Amino acid sequence: MTVDAARDRSPAARSARAAIVDADIHNTWPEPAALDPYLPERWRRLRARLGERLHPGAQYPRLNPAAARTDAWPPEGGLPGSSLDLMRDQLLDRWSIERGILNPLLEAGELLNLEYGAAFAQAINDWQVAEWLEPEPRLRASITVPYEDAPLAVAEIERRAGDRRFVQVLLASRTLEPLGRRRYWPMYGAAEAAGLPIGIHFGGAGGFPTTAAGLPSFYFEEHAGMATVFQDQLTSLVFEGVFERFPGLRVVLIEGGFAWLLPLMWRLDRTWRMLRDELAHVTRPPSHTIRERVFLTTQPIEEPPQPELLARLLDRMDMDGQLLFATDYPHWDFDAPDRALPPVLGGARRDRLLRRNACALYRFG
Amino acid sequence: MVRRVIDCVVHAEVASVDQLVPHLSPHWQAVVSETGFRGPYVATQPAGAPTVCAPRFARPDGVVEASEPGHITRVLDRWSADAGILCCEYAVDGIRNPDAAAALASAVNDWLVETWLPADERFRASLVLPIAQPEAAAAEIDRLAGHPRVVQALLPVRSAAPYGDRRYLPVFAAADRAGIAVGLRCGGNPGNPPTGTGWPSYFAEEHAGMPAVFQTQLLSLIAEGVFERFADLRLALLGSGFGWLPAFVWRLDKEWRGMRREIPWVRRAPSATIAEHVRIALQPIDVPAAELGAVLDELPADDLLMFCTDHPRWQFDADDDALPAAIPEPVRARIAGAVARDFYRLP
Repeated sequence: MTVDAARDRSPAARSARAAIVDADIHNTWPEPAALDPYLPERWRRLRARLGERLHPGAQYPRLNPAAARTDAWPPEGGLPGSSLDLMRDQLLDRWSIERGILNPLLEAGELLNLEYGAAFAQAINDWQVAEWLEPEPRLRASITVPYEDAPLAVAEIERRAGDRRFVQVLLASRTLEPLGRRRYWPMYGAAEAAGLPIGIHFGGAGGFPTTAAGLPSFYFEEHAGMATVFQDQLTSLVFEGVFERFPGLRVVLIEGGFAWLLPLMWRLDRTWRMLRDELAHVTRPPSHTIRERVFLTTQPIEEPPQPELLARLLDRMDMDGQLLFATDYPHWDFDAPDRALPPVLGGARRDRLLRRNACALYRFG
Repeated sequence: MVRRVIDCVVHAEVASVDQLVPHLSPHWQAVVSETGFRGPYVATQPAGAPTVCAPRFARPDGVVEASEPGHITRVLDRWSADAGILCCEYAVDGIRNPDAAAALASAVNDWLVETWLPADERFRASLVLPIAQPEAAAAEIDRLAGHPRVVQALLPVRSAAPYGDRRYLPVFAAADRAGIAVGLRCGGNPGNPPTGTGWPSYFAEEHAGMPAVFQTQLLSLIAEGVFERFADLRLALLGSGFGWLPAFVWRLDKEWRGMRREIPWVRRAPSATIAEHVRIALQPIDVPAAELGAVLDELPADDLLMFCTDHPRWQFDADDDALPAAIPEPVRARIAGAVARDFYRLP
């Protein structure tokens, strides 16, 4: 596979071999017990007895085991995303990934026991250092935090802030309250002080129904509908004044798509004009703030019937500096660097999406 | 050629529960008088919000500019409209007592039929339903099914479960039997938060977030196969805007191709289902004028939009802006009336 890609002389393959930053890679443990050595004895015992208690009640049989590519199961056993060797072979070497950002989706922020969640998050971050960042210099990681308790989350951010291999704070697109609410503000202060963006990734469960209209029935709805929660979260961050309160804060929306953002900016600008009384703390048109402070990863890319419409959309969005290419390895809807971006997204724009924007945001040398 | 105009959203608002009392049974009349019940508490549509009543329609005497038939007659006259679809948003869905919700819904509908429809022959009615009790909602549709000027069952877009959920099948079956459209309107009081991630602080967030709820409902109705089950279902999105629709459909068609084996009864791309079954009220135009041409071009069908004033909501500043000059002919003429005439099967 690696050899084929290296020999392919098509323009698409050649451009794909140019250095790439992958802004969304999912590493995991081979089996849950692999985290135990990083947990204090007290929590290890609790974990063995009660497991991870989180908000139940929104489970969907998924299309693929572990929602993964069928070829991503490591030959040595364990879950997709748990083998660094296979990740090198299928992703880092295969596509000349210069930097890849690890976003482990291990639910520490969703644990109902907040103190356990904090220990769990700390263990995940220690595990990332020991088993991913130390052995593989191309990898960077997001900081897992117990985000429903801001003081505990702040402590974890501060614990990692000195390690430059941690490049952002990881939150989920579904939380107990909209992320603009004041309970979350201390985290933003800590991220801002550390010079780290906040990353909001697909998923999470805050305990309320997963949509404003209750719980849907199918994984199709869960998957396609996640874009609506990203819209809710961005609306909250803008209208609750987070960007005014934290002028250095940048936010990355990960795995939420991006085509919805242009119409949302129209809607937010219009609402802001109509309800200025209520939003007196929001001092600028929302679209101005978003165009300066909000970044989005590309996968999953919306696919219009004519690819030209995607180029036209990006022209109108005027956010070419804020889109970050991502593969979502090892998940089933993986975007390959040479195929995911349609040819109409070419030239300088392509290079910015594939590499330069992420290097600037995450301060890669 | 005389342009045909149909206003597909004009509001008919209950100003006081006293207006409904004559349409209530003696039992519920007694409840209203003995308990001091003043009707549903409508958190999602604060009466003073400019989005709910445009500043230019606010009256010093406090009378709501959609509480009497004469108010709406003036709107239809202004546009020389042939018909206006009355939408009443009385929030019976927020009343948890199932019998009270059903009694109030019936009273509102009788009030519309007996006091509004006779006042102007151009009026058509939408039914208010006790949607928290789908069986009762279906019975209410059946009760008024024969009325020639009832054209739509109106559901709040916020709900306890997405409307594709099988618990709501009786409602769609009743609308199908009655041959009326199903309309989704902004707001709703199901008890769960107005976002998929909890309760926001500001009304502005609820307001800005409303299109996302319409997206959720559309996704549900498509995924659950409701349009396959009811081949004649006509679904109106009233107040959703449409700027979001192209990006939403691009994503949906892609996801359907990737995930259709989970929902094998969905046999067509979502864009094709929307093009056939769904129509959208023109207002609010949540698209800047300079972008309107591009968005119209990207919609999944030509005849998707239906003119409305959305009176007395604040969607535009000058009356003429209800049908903006930026929309080119011949699309403009169809939006003005032809699409709604076909959709609501008006003469």
